[in-house]
Amino acid sequence: MEIPKSFLGFKRENGRAGTRNHVIILPVDDISNACAEAVANNIKGTIALPHSYGRLQFGADLELHFRTMIGTGSNPNVAAVIVIGIEPKWTKRIVDGIAKTGKPVEGFHIERTGDIGTVMKASKKAQEFVMWASEKQREECPISDLWISVKCGESDTTSGLAANPTVGNLMDKLEPLGVHLCFGETSELTGAEKVCATRGATKEASDKFMKTWSSYNDFILKEATDDLSESQPTAGNIAGGLTTIEEKAFGNFQKIGNCKFVDVLEPAEEPKKGKGLYFMDTSSAAAECVTLQAAAGFNIHLFPTGQGNIVGNPIEPVVKLTANPLTVKGMGEHIDCDVSKILSREMNMSQAGDKLIETTLKVANGRLTCAEALGHREFVMTKLYRSA
Amino acid sequence: MATDIIIHDQKDNVGVVVIEKITPNQDCSCWIMENDGTINIQSIDEIPLGHKIAMIDLKEGDTILKYGHDIGKVVKSIKKGEHVHVHNVKTKKW
Repeated sequence: MEIPKSFLGFKRENGRAGTRNHVIILPVDDISNACAEAVANNIKGTIALPHSYGRLQFGADLELHFRTMIGTGSNPNVAAVIVIGIEPKWTKRIVDGIAKTGKPVEGFHIERTGDIGTVMKASKKAQEFVMWASEKQREECPISDLWISVKCGESDTTSGLAANPTVGNLMDKLEPLGVHLCFGETSELTGAEKVCATRGATKEASDKFMKTWSSYNDFILKEATDDLSESQPTAGNIAGGLTTIEEKAFGNFQKIGNCKFVDVLEPAEEPKKGKGLYFMDTSSAAAECVTLQAAAGFNIHLFPTGQGNIVGNPIEPVVKLTANPLTVKGMGEHIDCDVSKILSREMNMSQAGDKLIETTLKVANGRLTCAEALGHREFVMTKLYRSA
Repeated sequence: MATDIIIHDQKDNVGVVVIEKITPNQDCSCWIMENDGTINIQSIDEIPLGHKIAMIDLKEGDTILKYGHDIGKVVKSIKKGEHVHVHNVKTKKW
């Protein structure tokens, strides 16, 4: 198949391109959710991103909170942002961070004004933003403007056999075209960590990966009461035939094809070393991982599943694929790309990779994903430790 | 003959069922992805889609190989053709 050299995206002020054109209402903290949701309810075409944190956090955990907030607002799938927080200082820090992209952003704080006054002021600005954004047209953008993140979920053995290698095949075909790629799931590489480390493009990248994995593994060993048999593999994984974390990890690892990773990113950290594949230190929980990848600037997500994970994200479209025929049959409304014919050997891996590239480009050009049509907008902040 | 079981790597001692289920004493055709080879095996247990079958006899302490890599240890001996899962295999991690 000849791979198209371009897609239709929204060009942003900082040179990036979006596959979506969202106007978001971003609460700084948990207690500002009500206000943000009221604004999104008032002004059609905007979306609120409620979440559970943002108060009394400190140190690395607070820095991650700001990085996730600012990164989400800065993502090229977002045209403009309203930020609402309880206090002026943290609200302003997020507004200033997003403003560096050059996109319209305005902050409102609730203290001394109350919800009703804030909702009124913020709604007026949100209406202005959404009407401005609605004039934006899709334009031809080089395929290298795609930043593709990947994460698998509700995996079973069909994931490692077929759906994950399909993503790997896509990576092998798109990496030479200059796209950015990202995989994560630190804990779910356990058992395959040494093999994964050999896939660093440099010794520095390999060493950084092993350091990141070891630190995560030490934490898990410290907190685990007996073993992780209730969590890794999950009950769904086991029902699908996965027996051990090692088996899950080698299946997971098929997603990167033959690519090598150029760097290891902190959670929600934007890649800075140019095109190519990056590893990000993330949880293996679906919504947390995708939220961090979206905050790092990735504009389309590929999500292979076995037993049928249904996750979505408010700003980064999540494309689902599966090779499990029972999942296609039972919950087909969640599956954007069916590669189950690999198991019956009516489709080979290269054909499956081509099919996924076609689906990915359709979605990049504006076709809704199943998760978007079904209203999945899971926005889940990663929290590193207890608040003060 | 249609493929009933797929084996990732020729070093693997387990295969994955890729039809809805295999029944006891079924003659199964296995396809090896790595070298495009085909071998046959007779099942002992009923094994559902996605679950693993032992390609050889395995005893306690043996290593299960899949993708050509170590994915855990045998904790209860397994006969060729039997179902391989959490009842007879455990992780070496955690």
